[in-house]
Amino acid sequence: MRILKWLIAQKLLFLAVLLVPGRLVFAQATFPVNGVADPRSDYYAFTHATIVKDAKTTLQNATMITRKGKVVALGTQLAVPADAVEIDCSGKFIYPSFIDLFSDYGIAPVTPGQNRGDFFRYQNTSNTKGAYGWNQAIKPETDASRLFTTNNDKAKDLRSAGFGTVLSHQQDGISRGTGTLVTLGSDKENLVMLKERAAAFYSFNKGISTQDYPNSLMGEIALLRQTYLDAQWYKNRPASEGINLSLQAWNESQALPQIFEANDKWNDLRALKIGAEFGAQYIIKAGGNEYQRLDEMKATHASFILPLNFPLAVDVEDANDARLVALGVMKHWEMAPLQPAMFEKAQIPFALTAAGLKSPAEFMANVRKAMESGLSSARALDALTRMPATLIGVYDLVGSLDPGKLANFVITNGPVFEEKTVFFENWIQGKKYIITENGWKDLRGNYKLTVKINDKNREYTVEIKGTPDKPAATLQPGADTLKTPVALSLSAKMVKLTWSLKGDSSRLNSLSGLVEDKFWVGNGYNADGEPVSWNMQQSSPFVEKPDTTVKKAESIKDINRSIPYPFNGFGYEGPEGQQDILIRNTTVWTNEKEGKLENTDVYLKNGKIASIGKNLSAGNAKVIDGTGKHLTAGIIDEHSHIAATGSINECSQSVTAEVRIADVIDPEDIQIYRQLAGGVTGAHVLHGSCNTIGGQTQLIKLRWGRSAEEMKFANWDPFIKFALGENVKRSFGNSNNRFPDSRMGVEQVLVDAFTRARDYMKEGPARRKDLELETLAEILNHKRFITCHSYVQSEINMLMHVADSFGFRVNTFTHILEGYKVADKMKAHGAAASTFSDWYNYKMEVIDAIAYNAAIMQKEGLTVAINSDDAEQARHLNQEAAKSVKYGNVSETEALKMCTLNPAIMLHVADRVGSIRIGKDADLVLWSDHPLSVYAKPEKTLVDGIIYFDNERDLKLRRQIAAERNRLVQKMISAKKEGVKTTPAVVSFDMINECETDRHVKNSIWELGNETRN
Amino acid sequence: MKSTLLIFLLSLSVYRLCAQENISPSRPQSGDIALVHGTVHTGNGEMIPDGLVVFSNGKITEVGKYAGPTKLTEIDCSGKHIYPGLISAASILGLNEISAVRATSDEAELGDINPNIRAAIAYNADSKIIYNVRSNGILLANVIPQGGIISGSSSVMQLDAWNWEDAVYRLDGGIHFNMPNLVRFSTEGDPVKDAMDQIEGVRTFFRQAKAYMHETRHEQTNLKFESVRKLFSGEQTFFVHCDLVKEMMVAVSFAREFGFRTVIVGGIDSWKITDYLKKYNISVVLRQVFTLPAMQDDDVDIIYKAPFLLQQAGVMFCISDANESSRYRNLAFNAGVASAYGLTREQALQAITLNAAKILGIDNRTGSLEKGKDANIIVSEGDVLDIRTSLVSLAFIQGRQIDLDNKQKQLYNKYIGKFGLKN
Repeated sequence: MRILKWLIAQKLLFLAVLLVPGRLVFAQATFPVNGVADPRSDYYAFTHATIVKDAKTTLQNATMITRKGKVVALGTQLAVPADAVEIDCSGKFIYPSFIDLFSDYGIAPVTPGQNRGDFFRYQNTSNTKGAYGWNQAIKPETDASRLFTTNNDKAKDLRSAGFGTVLSHQQDGISRGTGTLVTLGSDKENLVMLKERAAAFYSFNKGISTQDYPNSLMGEIALLRQTYLDAQWYKNRPASEGINLSLQAWNESQALPQIFEANDKWNDLRALKIGAEFGAQYIIKAGGNEYQRLDEMKATHASFILPLNFPLAVDVEDANDARLVALGVMKHWEMAPLQPAMFEKAQIPFALTAAGLKSPAEFMANVRKAMESGLSSARALDALTRMPATLIGVYDLVGSLDPGKLANFVITNGPVFEEKTVFFENWIQGKKYIITENGWKDLRGNYKLTVKINDKNREYTVEIKGTPDKPAATLQPGADTLKTPVALSLSAKMVKLTWSLKGDSSRLNSLSGLVEDKFWVGNGYNADGEPVSWNMQQSSPFVEKPDTTVKKAESIKDINRSIPYPFNGFGYEGPEGQQDILIRNTTVWTNEKEGKLENTDVYLKNGKIASIGKNLSAGNAKVIDGTGKHLTAGIIDEHSHIAATGSINECSQSVTAEVRIADVIDPEDIQIYRQLAGGVTGAHVLHGSCNTIGGQTQLIKLRWGRSAEEMKFANWDPFIKFALGENVKRSFGNSNNRFPDSRMGVEQVLVDAFTRARDYMKEGPARRKDLELETLAEILNHKRFITCHSYVQSEINMLMHVADSFGFRVNTFTHILEGYKVADKMKAHGAAASTFSDWYNYKMEVIDAIAYNAAIMQKEGLTVAINSDDAEQARHLNQEAAKSVKYGNVSETEALKMCTLNPAIMLHVADRVGSIRIGKDADLVLWSDHPLSVYAKPEKTLVDGIIYFDNERDLKLRRQIAAERNRLVQKMISAKKEGVKTTPAVVSFDMINECETDRHVKNSIWELGNETRN
Repeated sequence: MKSTLLIFLLSLSVYRLCAQENISPSRPQSGDIALVHGTVHTGNGEMIPDGLVVFSNGKITEVGKYAGPTKLTEIDCSGKHIYPGLISAASILGLNEISAVRATSDEAELGDINPNIRAAIAYNADSKIIYNVRSNGILLANVIPQGGIISGSSSVMQLDAWNWEDAVYRLDGGIHFNMPNLVRFSTEGDPVKDAMDQIEGVRTFFRQAKAYMHETRHEQTNLKFESVRKLFSGEQTFFVHCDLVKEMMVAVSFAREFGFRTVIVGGIDSWKITDYLKKYNISVVLRQVFTLPAMQDDDVDIIYKAPFLLQQAGVMFCISDANESSRYRNLAFNAGVASAYGLTREQALQAITLNAAKILGIDNRTGSLEKGKDANIIVSEGDVLDIRTSLVSLAFIQGRQIDLDNKQKQLYNKYIGKFGLKN
């Protein structure tokens, strides 16, 4: 019995092997043949077709000849070789099959490892086994060609959407290794693989790496930059590194096309900036919002791979749900389908991808959506054929139907992008893959059906309509005018017709047969179960009625195409212009020795303060009446975390001097506008306080509506964030395995870092360029300055000792709530102090925090600033500064300096901002009342003499937001009514960065708790 | 009589010699006191220049214009402002000393339905935070437990006490319901349905509690049911913590089923449904004015002007300060900002005094300077609502003049001394 079972199993296996449609298995010379060799030349002639060779060239009534998987000839005058199989393609269209550069076809998905996201199980280096690099997310050694296996189910879906070739890679990690170019044929991998390594892939997503580093976007950027440097250094095979297969693979893949999945307009620019630094020209896999900054995209000269996963309409029928959806989200829904057309118009090169769609079946519908939004069919075709092939240098192989190229083409019955068009076959490497056979011959038309029962003929008129591939039939008995629907089922040539007459659904007439062109024949049973024979003859063919889809074109016209900067409700249409401004007859708090000037005019020209005096002549200037109001320098927040994205803490190591806030400025953060409305003109955007030596900081001006680069304060001395105490020793959890765990360890982290930096500086020019040590060397060279999060007196003194011993100065202690205890020592060291006004008792190290801190330090002679460290607090820093009047009797003029001039001094920019003096930048606030009063409201906030917040314009914006929201809500509701698929309304809340608990939404109703305690 | 003031202040400085741990509660008022010449802000909208407030045995006996010397101990308040003691309507004062130190945190209990949990008994009358809070004029605080859906009962405490029993001003006055969010944060699942299920669980609890009250004899005593008895009798208030329209409306309809006296705590969007709130007589505790708008498209000043919108519509509301970093001491400035954005100063004051008292059910005893009420009074050197002028120099709780010293002042003096600086 057992043997019998075994035999049966073997036989089944054998049968299974035979059943695989794998004739080409035998075409590989190296493979043994189990049976008889069956060599063929696959010689075909496709005749009488409309052949779209490429997006520019269409041949009518043409012939294409393919042999051994390739196109050999194409033309209108070609003779059909006698030894080729002729396929009559009358009425058919032939297009090159599509190419997708961003696919993971045939690559098994990666599975997440354990421990991921467990904050207190710190993993310092990669746990990938083998002679690879230190970071688990840098995997240039990943070679998709070695992972690739054909997957006929997925191939079939892609083929049905028109694709013939894909560039497939393992979509995991920051450096993802190489992708392999394969066709969607079902043959052995050896034959479908066109190019083993066709491109190298990158992203800003560390994927399944369980390693802590990097945990922020700025860390990812730093890691990529360091890897470029390390790979360069590794070329000389430094003995200390041994064999590093990752760096080796990185170097080997640099000559390939480089594709970066950036997925967002700003991330595109971030990636391209890295590329520019290291001479890599990335092709950008876009995200869909690039149209919002088209000029910047164009200026990069990069090519793009555009996805078509347009957002769904939001279900906003419920007014209270609609409230939760931001205008920017709704506007993006409306505009996203315009992106390909906008790229076309702007002449930015792009390919299209099906990436991001739930299924390839959605692809064509979304291409059509892009075309309804203005994308030309020629460009759509080009973006799916020539452009992707050209981008990765394989246009000699695929991308058009020229002789010598692969015979990858789709046969349709009409223009490829039209909704009604049926895809019949997708030929890959000269081999036919049927998508549908139905409709190859258009069976639609009027027929005469004759059913013969017991030698009696019964006549019916049958009308077949619908689409060629899905015909629908109705039937009329004799002279009857009532049309009865017929269930018509076609499978290849076999046909089935069933119907029941006059509401008698239980009794079916059932016919079965074959279709021979316009003549159908077969047998069956009538409703009484009597056997019948039948035939059906076409009397007249189907006549297509002209389609009139005017409605859609109109809905495109309804789109409000204006793009606000930033892309949200409070964005402006285009940046504000520069003009001369005269602020007349106001109280001017100069912050200079002149003190407070009453009834004074201030004239602003070219973004600077041009003159201060009485009765100044207005000339052409815009005049603002300042009567009864107060003019001060703009507020500068020494400690801010707004306007940065992708986490402001690179928490993964105790020293991360290599990361830069400058890389992750988010110019669209709504907090920028809200803070302008609170009189803030400058913000020092800091790395968080998660580690001892955090990242490089960035001073910005709140130039709302400008790009990240334009926000940056020009020519400032660079700073870096340090931190001490509870956060860096991670006191908030019950366990910690990252050094340091005590203030004793914090000192050693600092001493070690600067010792390494000092040794590094002594190394020769052949040294491995280390971004972390380079930054620390800048501190030792007095080129970079420290602002250090600190609380208790012991640690403050400790850091000053460390600094003294390495010969540098701690520029600023920030938070510094026990600064009042060691103000004399700080003064001797030369440190400035930037503190909270009245926070205390939120953690152990602030139990001695006092609201009089600023006053004592100020009286002791320190430069003292009041900072926010909080998006809400920053909206009223003038009031926070006023607390030093209340707590400690600081004079009002000195108190105001604590949020204006003093932060400017400690940031080394007091030569340009912080006071009202001729020649300084016109960064100013006009207040409705005494600037330290709780009753004062900023009426105008200016940066560089441009009014970025204006209380009157703000009222206009509110009306505009209400109107635009209403328009879009109405539009989404009608879209839903028309049957468009919707997605539930989800709160579009803003991420608010916090110093200690990043990505935490605070001080609003969205108290989501600590998402990641970074 | 002015010399008596000097003696008075001198006696205070004797107290000051004591270390911070020994800032003592004061003795009961002995002798009548008259605050004279100050601008009296009564808390019910009235302002009396050159006013007079007299109190005796802890009760206010006279409020009006100064009409010549009294035979009482007069405290000259010329140029100063006299207000009712400020009332913090929503805080965890005394329940949490250091936020990040778990051992000092007593504000939340395990479990979802905890009406039997009582904040008052965990109130630490020696919390150092209390001294900072009261030196900014806050003399009463409603202390609220936080955890779960029904978090327990809150009590109003007066901030001059040896222990929680002394401190209690109104015991277990409110039961707190933390309304689950009725919004989606992702497209996954159906969180709104989950929330409604949770609310249904609470409804079932109250229905059964109501039935339990009708039992002639309890076979088993249910402590949770027992603890909501006064909610049904109207002696306790049902405080619902929520912010959005749907949450508020679901909460109100919930409370109406049981006939509870209802207050919304939070109420960021309460200005959108003022008609509804008025119709059902619902008051609102605006949790905090120093907070960010909920949504990106909201008016930048929406939170600042919400008090004015409620005032205009005639909804009963008060303002609180729930900031855990500055620890509730900026209550007056929250009201000050509301005044910058529409309220009159007297209305803003009322929002942190009489209105708060009404909402907490203590207005028969405090919240305004009126004859017969407790002498809960503060005197500020300037406008108490504005940071730059707000300096509370005298404070009386139930007639007792309290010590306005605190640890922060002591550390200030210590280091002013160390560095030889001028005060």
